[in-house]
Amino acid sequence: MRGDQINLQDIVARSASPTPSPHVRSGNIQQVAKLIDVSVCIGCKACQVACSEWNDLRDEVGHCHGVYDNPIDLSAESFEVMRFSEYVNEEGDLEWLIRKDNCMHCAEPGCLKACPAPGAIVQYANGIVDFNSEHCIGCGYCRAGCPFDIPRYSEKDNKAYKCTLCSDRVYHGLEPACVKSCPTSAIMFGTKEAMLDYGAKRVASLQERGYENAGIYDPAGVGGTHVVYVLQHADKPEIYSGLPKDPQISPVVEAWKGITKPLMSAVLGLSVLTGFFHYMIKGPKEEPEDDPDPEKAAADRELDRREGDRP
Amino acid sequence: MSHSNVKHGILRYGWWTRTNHWLIAISFVLLALSGLALFYPTFYSLTGLFGGPEETRIFHPYLGVFMTLFFLIQAVRFFGDNLIRRHDVQWMKQMPDLLANRDERLPPVGKNNAGQKLVYWLFLATVPVLLVSGVIIWRPWFADGVPLWLHRTAAMVHAYAAFIAIITLVIHVYSAIWVKGSIRAMTQGRVSHAWARHHHGLWYDEIMRGKERGDDTALPSTGKHIETGKDR
Repeated sequence: MRGDQINLQDIVARSASPTPSPHVRSGNIQQVAKLIDVSVCIGCKACQVACSEWNDLRDEVGHCHGVYDNPIDLSAESFEVMRFSEYVNEEGDLEWLIRKDNCMHCAEPGCLKACPAPGAIVQYANGIVDFNSEHCIGCGYCRAGCPFDIPRYSEKDNKAYKCTLCSDRVYHGLEPACVKSCPTSAIMFGTKEAMLDYGAKRVASLQERGYENAGIYDPAGVGGTHVVYVLQHADKPEIYSGLPKDPQISPVVEAWKGITKPLMSAVLGLSVLTGFFHYMIKGPKEEPEDDPDPEKAAADRELDRREGDRP
Repeated sequence: MSHSNVKHGILRYGWWTRTNHWLIAISFVLLALSGLALFYPTFYSLTGLFGGPEETRIFHPYLGVFMTLFFLIQAVRFFGDNLIRRHDVQWMKQMPDLLANRDERLPPVGKNNAGQKLVYWLFLATVPVLLVSGVIIWRPWFADGVPLWLHRTAAMVHAYAAFIAIITLVIHVYSAIWVKGSIRAMTQGRVSHAWARHHHGLWYDEIMRGKERGDDTALPSTGKHIETGKDR
């Protein structure tokens, strides 16, 4: 597989970088994807453990919230969490839908769009979106930009974190830690093409078994993702603990970070130039000379001559 | 000396008015520079002025709160001088005369002309918006506690309000450079009689009639009309 190369010439997009990223290479690097087959997941959380182990993260143990979700939410020390939801289907049967929630590695990442620090968020040619924390300034705009509410802010160092898709492991030809640990092959890793092929087979199998709305979750609104789900009920992704049906970068973020920023910057520059050229062409409003009252004017001039009222 | 005498001029801005103004002005310029650094990547190198990108991110909101505090004091003190009057409308209509320096055609105005009043109201409209939206997106203190839609909206509003405020600043600074004598008024306090009569005829008349006393310069807590200098 040729999806495993990450070096500086394979960064295809950088945050806060209006000029193009290097893209002279011929594109032989294959896009990777992680496939999460919700229908096969047993909720053992081995992936959560593997994630914290590989990434050397130890989240607070916390306490029980009365549900299986633990920790209850993503954090700067928990790049992924299993979200458990109890769904009653049309037949009145209970389905336990367990979704591994983590960064989706969007092809059009909202975090990267919102980030003001050049190069703090990068997208590799293989599709992985990574936080280059060395350049992170801790503004947290990435969270505002993300359509999936993934990045989390660390109180330890005031920087944002999220799943890296184990870019370090992938770089060395290994699969992500969660994939490695999964006992049921609910998490698979490979080229995006291979994963979509494999997912299609899984979907066909599910449909045979009666899940007629089974499908692959690879939302087009963010250009597709490099983490894709196989869902039994792809028509209702929101039942999987609020997976958005049609995620896209919020129009507010577009209005905030889109074309208006360079336009406003240009207008600011022009306003200064306008002032300069007005001054140059029309000239200043010179001070009117002298006091209107001749007697006072003479006295004032005398005062000026004698130097004034300062110590 | 070619310029008119100011040593016996009219006290336009007293010491507290000037101090208050320059506290705001210095803060505002630093806020604009640090804010622009994070506004658009082209300006990112401005973070170097503040010790680095993360330092800029930390510094900006504290300075914003500091500035807003003094801005509010000033806004209250300047309020009365900036109410729009009928002659202001006429003055505004004669913008071409103003820009072409045909000042003799302009109607006489009070202590502030309509342009200054407009600047006042633009700042008064944008600074509170900048404060509120800025606090909402302030990390690590507040941003984690707000819903995402609010965080996004506040970030957008902050950028647009900042744009309007910086444009207003450019207009304000240019006007000061353009109208000779006004920078000295704000740095040293006094303007000549000729300057006052030429630029602010109604204000000059009032002072001559003894109704007003230039700047007063009452401190925020004390009443108006406190003797601060040698008025004639």
